[in-house]
Parts: sequence; C-alpha cells; structure tokens
Amino acid sequence: MSAGPSRPAPPRSPRSARNPHRAVAAAVATLATALLVAGCGSSTPTTSADGTGQPGRSGASAASLEGTVTVLAAASLTESFDQLKTDFEAANPGVTVETSYGSSATLVQQVDNGAPASVIALAGTAAAEPLDQAAVKDTQSFATNVLEIAVPPSNPGAVTSINDLAKPSVKVVLCADTVPCGKAAQATFKKARIVPNVVSKEVDVKATLSKVKLAEADAAVVYHSDVVAAKDAVTGVEIPSQFNTSLSYPVIRLSDDAATKAFVAYLLSAKGLATVQSFGFGAP
Amino acid sequence: MRYAGRWRSRVALGVPAALALLLLVVPLVALLLRADWARIPSDLATPTVLPALRLSLTTTSVTAVLCLLLGTPLAWFLARSDHRATSWVRALLTVPLVLPPVVGGVALLMTWGRNGLIGQHLAPFGIQIPFTTVAVMLAETFVAMPYYVLAVEGAMRGLDPRLESVARTLGASDLRYLRTVGIPLVLPGIAGGLALAWARALGEFGATITFAGNFPGRTQTLPLLVYVELERDPQVAISISIMLLVVSVLVLGVLRGRWLR
Repeated sequence: MSAGPSRPAPPRSPRSARNPHRAVAAAVATLATALLVAGCGSSTPTTSADGTGQPGRSGASAASLEGTVTVLAAASLTESFDQLKTDFEAANPGVTVETSYGSSATLVQQVDNGAPASVIALAGTAAAEPLDQAAVKDTQSFATNVLEIAVPPSNPGAVTSINDLAKPSVKVVLCADTVPCGKAAQATFKKARIVPNVVSKEVDVKATLSKVKLAEADAAVVYHSDVVAAKDAVTGVEIPSQFNTSLSYPVIRLSDDAATKAFVAYLLSAKGLATVQSFGFGAP
Repeated sequence: MRYAGRWRSRVALGVPAALALLLLVVPLVALLLRADWARIPSDLATPTVLPALRLSLTTTSVTAVLCLLLGTPLAWFLARSDHRATSWVRALLTVPLVLPPVVGGVALLMTWGRNGLIGQHLAPFGIQIPFTTVAVMLAETFVAMPYYVLAVEGAMRGLDPRLESVARTLGASDLRYLRTVGIPLVLPGIAGGLALAWARALGEFGATITFAGNFPGRTQTLPLLVYVELERDPQVAISISIMLLVVSVLVLGVLRGRWLR
C-alpha cells in the first residue's frame, strides 16, 4: 500500500538533499493541494436535493403518471416519508419519488436558493414564513406533532419528568435555535420556567436524537414522532400539555406537475394520513 | 499549417484551463459581491461572533502547539527511518488527511465518547470529553496533525544525513542534535507545516459538529456559526465567511512569500 497521492514526495535525491528549501516548498505545495481537496468535503454540509427529474412546468397531464417528484421534508418526517415514498412508487410505477431530509430552516433556505423541489413538508407553519411565496402553489396541513424528552434506555441522568432537566448534572441536547424543534423547546422551557444544562444545539432533530442514541447526552428534547421512530434505541418521557408546544406540519406544493399533485393527494388521503400517524404524528 | 496546429492545441488546452480557473475563482468573487461591506463591522460585532472567534483562535492555537510538540518528534522518526514499518505508519497518517471529516467525528466519538474505547474509562472520574472545548481541540488536531507531520517530515528528509553523523561522532544526543542542528535547519518547513495545520484546523467543520456538538462559546467555532447563521441571517454568515476568506488568503500569502517561492 502506498501512502497515496497526497503524501509529499520525500526528497531523496542528492540534488534536493542539498536544497532543503526547494524540498520544503514542494512538500508544502503538495499539501496545500491536499488541503484544498480535503477542505472541499468539509465545507459543504448542506447537500441539496439531487433533483435530476424535472417536474413538468406546464399543467398538461399525461394519462398515466410519469416523472420524478422531488420531496424535501423536515428531518422528523424521515421515517414516515420513506414509507410514503415506497407506497406511492408501488402504486405508480412510472413515478420516482426523490426525498431529502434536513431541518426545515435548511430546506426553506435551499428552496429559496433554487434547489429543485416539487414538494416541501415542514415542521410547523412558522418555518414556512421565509419561503418565497411566489413559488407556492398550495399549502395544506397534514399532521401535528408535540415535543417529548428522549433519554437513553439506561437513563443515566435519571430523568422521569421535565423538571429533572433543571438539574445541572443532566446534560441536555436541543435543536439549534434556528430550527423548529429548537424554537419549540425554548418555548416549552420558558413555559415550564426551567433553565436546562444545554451542552449542544444540533442542526436538526435527528442529529439531536443521535446524541441520545449514542448515550453521549442524558436527555434530548425532540418530537414525539422521533421517539416512536427510534423504537428501542431511546425511551420517551412525556412533557405535560400545559408546557408542551404543538406544531402543525404543512405540506407545500411548489409544482403543478400531475405526479406532484398526485403525491400530495396521496399524502392527504386517508391511507396517507394513516401512514404518517402510524409514526407517532397527530391528525391535522 | 504549423501555425494553425499550434493554435488548435492552444485552444484545446486553454479552454479547459480557463474553465478550471473559473470554477475555482467565481465562487470567491460571488461571495465578495454578495457582501454588504458597510455591514461587516457590525455583523462581526454580533454577540454570537465574538465567542466563536475567541473559541476558534484558542482551539486552533492549542492545535498548533500540539502539532509542534507531538508532531515534530513523529516527523523526525519517520524522516530518519527507512524501515518497512515506517511507510506503513506514513500511510496510516494520511488516512485522517483524506477521510471525510464527519467520519473522523464518528471515530472520535467511538474513542472519547461516554461509551467509547477510552472515554468509558474516563467517565467514572467525571471526565466527559464530547460537547467540551477539549473535544473541539481533539477534532482539530485529528484533522490537522497529518498536514504538519508530512510537511515537516519532507523538510527533515531534505537534510544532509552527514550532519547527524557528525553530530553523533561529536557525542551529541538525538535531542541535542535536533535542538541545535536539525530543527533550526528545518524551521521553514516547520513554519509552513504549522500554517497549513492551523488553517486546516480553522476550517474544521464535520468532525467538530459530530463530536463536539454546537454550543455558543463552548464548541461553536466560526465555521459552525456560519452554518447556523445562514439560516438565521445570511448576511451575517457572508460577513463571517469573508473574514475567514481573508484569513485564508493571508495564510497563503505568508506561505507564498516565504516558503513557496
């Protein structure tokens, strides 16, 4: 195994041995290249939806559905929308549903910057406010969600109620203040008059949950649906309704393409709503 | 005929070369064009920026010191040995260099996390690494140290081996040889390696957010702040980006002026 192309060629020849400065320059130049290459990977945390399919721009509908529906959905919808995609593609063999998940704040920003999307589903109506309204064709609420505390199954912080999060020894992870679950958690702590020991504010709800799944944090404030989706990996601790914050999830259609309309209609159908609710969401 | 042929090859090479240049330069220009220059001072005075700036400066400085203290001896061992194992160690060193930083973050969690290889033995003493500033330093050192070691090793290999032999016949120990002869001669390599490692540490994002989390003042470095601010106030994100761009250019300028001639 060789050390790979990024290794500076060690100057072994007598010529370069007599000229260490040149050798250093060569080594540094090689490394500078490697630096740039390595830097490229780390500086692009937001992967935009890889929407290769172009939803038809005209409303002209084909008899049998064809094409690609690009769906951007809030991170909390990961499991439910994966299921919807599978079911919808099975029922419509000509249609490919491409999904991309991230924090609602990230997704809205991606769409405003021109990311190709046929549908965007967000955690909470407030998250949709920065969305360029000119692109919106239709908005409907399809689910509700409430906050819940997730703890590792071993419950190292002995968390049994929201009041336990006030203990300084309990390491709490929240979503960032910019994303819906972070805003909702802040509102809940304000109502409960609790100041938790927050050790990290993660970029989306699944990143927040992962810190508890790995048992690195004692508790995380996530959605009820995330606790349901995580199954045995975490234990849920309910937040009483007087402190809890409820979010209404809108599905926003950005295309008049027939396949896109069909996907949204399927989501809002009794079967689609039942799928979403089977992952712990409430009725709209 | 020869004239036309030469032009054809000029175009065949020149067009892709120009494209490559545009691909690299246009985004930087775009960033500069989108900047609201009048707002930059007030943007950089936002309450979130100063703690992130301070954190970035301290953690990257510690990283540089760790590289210097730990990386220099490693570079020396690698440079003087021609053993087969040495090339294996060198290959191993390049892995963090090409590894996606977020994978590095996962690996660090598996090492220093509460249930990690080392972390589980620290937990009983109340020592927890993730979500602390120490975690940021570990993440930055993990990604930056290989740059330093390889740069310094390259410089040390360029030294005349007779210098070391002479020093030894005069009775100098390895440590004394390095202190009085070896290191002074490779100072440019050390400085270049430090600048590269420091710049890489400053830009570190993936390993940090995975391993250290994101908390203002404690683990939120400038790149993490750029990511979060882009969702809150894009103009602030652009202003911080410009500052980081200026710093990067300065580092490169120092490298070019001094050691990349």
